[in-house]
Amino acid sequence: MARKFRFIFVGVVALSLLLAACQPAEPVVVTQEVVVTQEVQVVTTQQVNVPVSFAMESARLQAVKDRGQLRCGVNSGVPGFGFLDANGQFVGFDADFCRALAAAIFNDPAAVEFRPLTAAERFTTLQTNEIDVLIRNTTWTFGRDVELGTDFGPTTFYDGQGMMVTKASGFTSLDDMGGATICVLAGTTTEQNLADAFAARGLTYETLVFDKSQDTAGAYDQGRCDGLTSDKSQLTGLKTGLTNPGDHAILPEIMSKEPLGPVWAQGDQQWGDLVRWVVYGLIIAEEKGITQANVEEIAAGATGETGRLLGSEGEFGSLLGLDADFMVNVIKAVGNYGEIYDRHLGPEGTNIVRTGSYNDLWTRGGLIYAPPWR
Amino acid sequence: MALPHDSAARPQRATDIGALLRDTRFLQALAQAVFVLLVLLLVRWLIGNLTANLGAQGLDLSFSFMRRTSGFVVGEGIPSNRTDPFYYQYVVGLVNTLRVVGLGLVLATIFGILAGVAMLSPNWLLRSLVQAYVELIRNTPLLVQLFFLYFGIILTLPGLADRITLGPVVLSNRGFFIPRPVPHVGFPAWATVSALALLIGVYTYRRRLQIRVRTGAETRPATWAAALIVGVPLLAWFILPGQPLQLELPELQGLRMSGGLRLTPEFAGILFGLVLYTAAFIADIVRSGILAVTHGQREAALAVGLTSTQTLRLIILPQALRVIIPPMTNQYLNLAKNSSLAIGVAFPDLYSVSQTIFNQSGQAVQMIALMMGTYLIMSLIISAAMNAINARLRIVDR
Repeated sequence: MARKFRFIFVGVVALSLLLAACQPAEPVVVTQEVVVTQEVQVVTTQQVNVPVSFAMESARLQAVKDRGQLRCGVNSGVPGFGFLDANGQFVGFDADFCRALAAAIFNDPAAVEFRPLTAAERFTTLQTNEIDVLIRNTTWTFGRDVELGTDFGPTTFYDGQGMMVTKASGFTSLDDMGGATICVLAGTTTEQNLADAFAARGLTYETLVFDKSQDTAGAYDQGRCDGLTSDKSQLTGLKTGLTNPGDHAILPEIMSKEPLGPVWAQGDQQWGDLVRWVVYGLIIAEEKGITQANVEEIAAGATGETGRLLGSEGEFGSLLGLDADFMVNVIKAVGNYGEIYDRHLGPEGTNIVRTGSYNDLWTRGGLIYAPPWR
Repeated sequence: MALPHDSAARPQRATDIGALLRDTRFLQALAQAVFVLLVLLLVRWLIGNLTANLGAQGLDLSFSFMRRTSGFVVGEGIPSNRTDPFYYQYVVGLVNTLRVVGLGLVLATIFGILAGVAMLSPNWLLRSLVQAYVELIRNTPLLVQLFFLYFGIILTLPGLADRITLGPVVLSNRGFFIPRPVPHVGFPAWATVSALALLIGVYTYRRRLQIRVRTGAETRPATWAAALIVGVPLLAWFILPGQPLQLELPELQGLRMSGGLRLTPEFAGILFGLVLYTAAFIADIVRSGILAVTHGQREAALAVGLTSTQTLRLIILPQALRVIIPPMTNQYLNLAKNSSLAIGVAFPDLYSVSQTIFNQSGQAVQMIALMMGTYLIMSLIISAAMNAINARLRIVDR
């Protein structure tokens, strides 16, 4: 009898432990309804309050603040964008946007938990709330935006799919590549663009699909494939890791549009606003010539848009649930957009030419543009 | 028994409940009922949680997305096109997995039995080599072995331009090629004669076996059958007019080899990786199975004058099989499930294709459920087959 009860007791305890373990760590609730009731409240009680009362705290922002860390999904194998360096630090263009968000929320660029993700895992981790934001050279497409329950932020890098071949192969254009074997990464838009590009030219080809971009590059390096296809920016990075980078060339064709930027789970508009405006803030900072070095100096006597950006005018920070001078912290931590670009993708980094490309500032003929901060 | 409305019965009923609560059978049933209820609640809660979370992001759990156009091409297996729907690509992946598992099971069994017998060989060198192989393979992870085999051995072969040619066989890091036999003018006549020889061979085998069982005379059924089945087609090859088969040699054409049969590096990588790994375990199972047959059986067989080959074939192996089959089932199941590591060496198996599908469609939950279901069915079929064999081989009590 006693043994029987012990069995039941153990069973119940085990079950409750299981139940507790399965509870999502931070259930993220859609805050839209809250918005409505608050607005109604303001109207009926005739409260003439400062606009701060309209600022709806994002449920996710609250969760991030409580946790004390931002969970950011990144790449760990693409030099220039997201890469684990010799000291075990995530470095790269994308990783710095994670740090910028952490600086905006905590005034501490180190308050980030980087989650290295494969291309195949990334959307599932977003859908299951494992990460707060995904900044992992992710292409903005209709399907992903509409169907996957994700929202896309401003494009931080305009990319296009290219093809790397060996110089010895003599290929000068995709049209030469009939019958070729192409190495490609699993679960990317690349696979579909490749199919489209070859079908449009009426050429046959074979694909070799790997799970990790390192393996893709490894098999290409060993001569298993005639071509390696990926976003051009990634190809530039992967090329530096090959045995003899000088033996390889990237073909001139661009097979697709690949706008890359931050992604978050649908359902928390306020969180989306925060991510979006931190990115825009970095672009405006470059526009205004505000750099890591001079940001404090400029912030001291700033007026106009610079003043609003750096928090000396208006209530912009608190509207997002952040400190008034959050952009000062961000720029102090990572610099402006141009500085982030130069650090990782400029001549000292993977050397992707910016001048004259889409990734130049709009004032210089590029597509990097931010709406006004007012 | 007291009537329910009898006032005098009330205290009696109270003691009934008391007695019921002390009844072990009732308590056992109650505990089980509570447990089932809790499990059901847990499952309901998990599914509710899942649909609620997915619903919040506008996703549902239907499988209709499988009818959409895939937009990608599976690299190997039955031909696929970018306009094929997702479910078709899933079938392509499934067939690739079945190819690897089917061939892998056969090869691992043959290789494992040979290695197992070799581990008991009186030849010191052979025994030690096989033992070293078994220990090395059993004590390192399969994925590491696959990477080593694929990136470290197969891909380090030269490219097609400087391919290695060993007689009719071509080795390169684009695949292994052998000539392909193609039917020629004399094929119909030769094939008819060979088919007849096969039929007569089988008939002769059965007939001679029957005679041997009935009379005890040595009629050599296997020798006769082999002579008929191999000898007649061989003779016919030279006697009949017109060449029956022509060998199509692989030749370099542009970027690829055309003609011949090709074994891709990826297929070779996953197949040989799985075979080497599983055979090591099978070898040890076979070794222990043979050792489990008591020594007296062997001594008795030798004493009645059987040769050592006959002893192994007729006395030891049939008895060892009874010990070998159950653990073998586990190894077969492992091989089938380990085939999902194929994505590591870029072989487009079920798992690899499913991963691409769930990325392109974003429907991770359905794809993983579908994949689990498919692997489950495959494993259950293997189990059922092995259980059937086991049932046939067990000692029949008379």
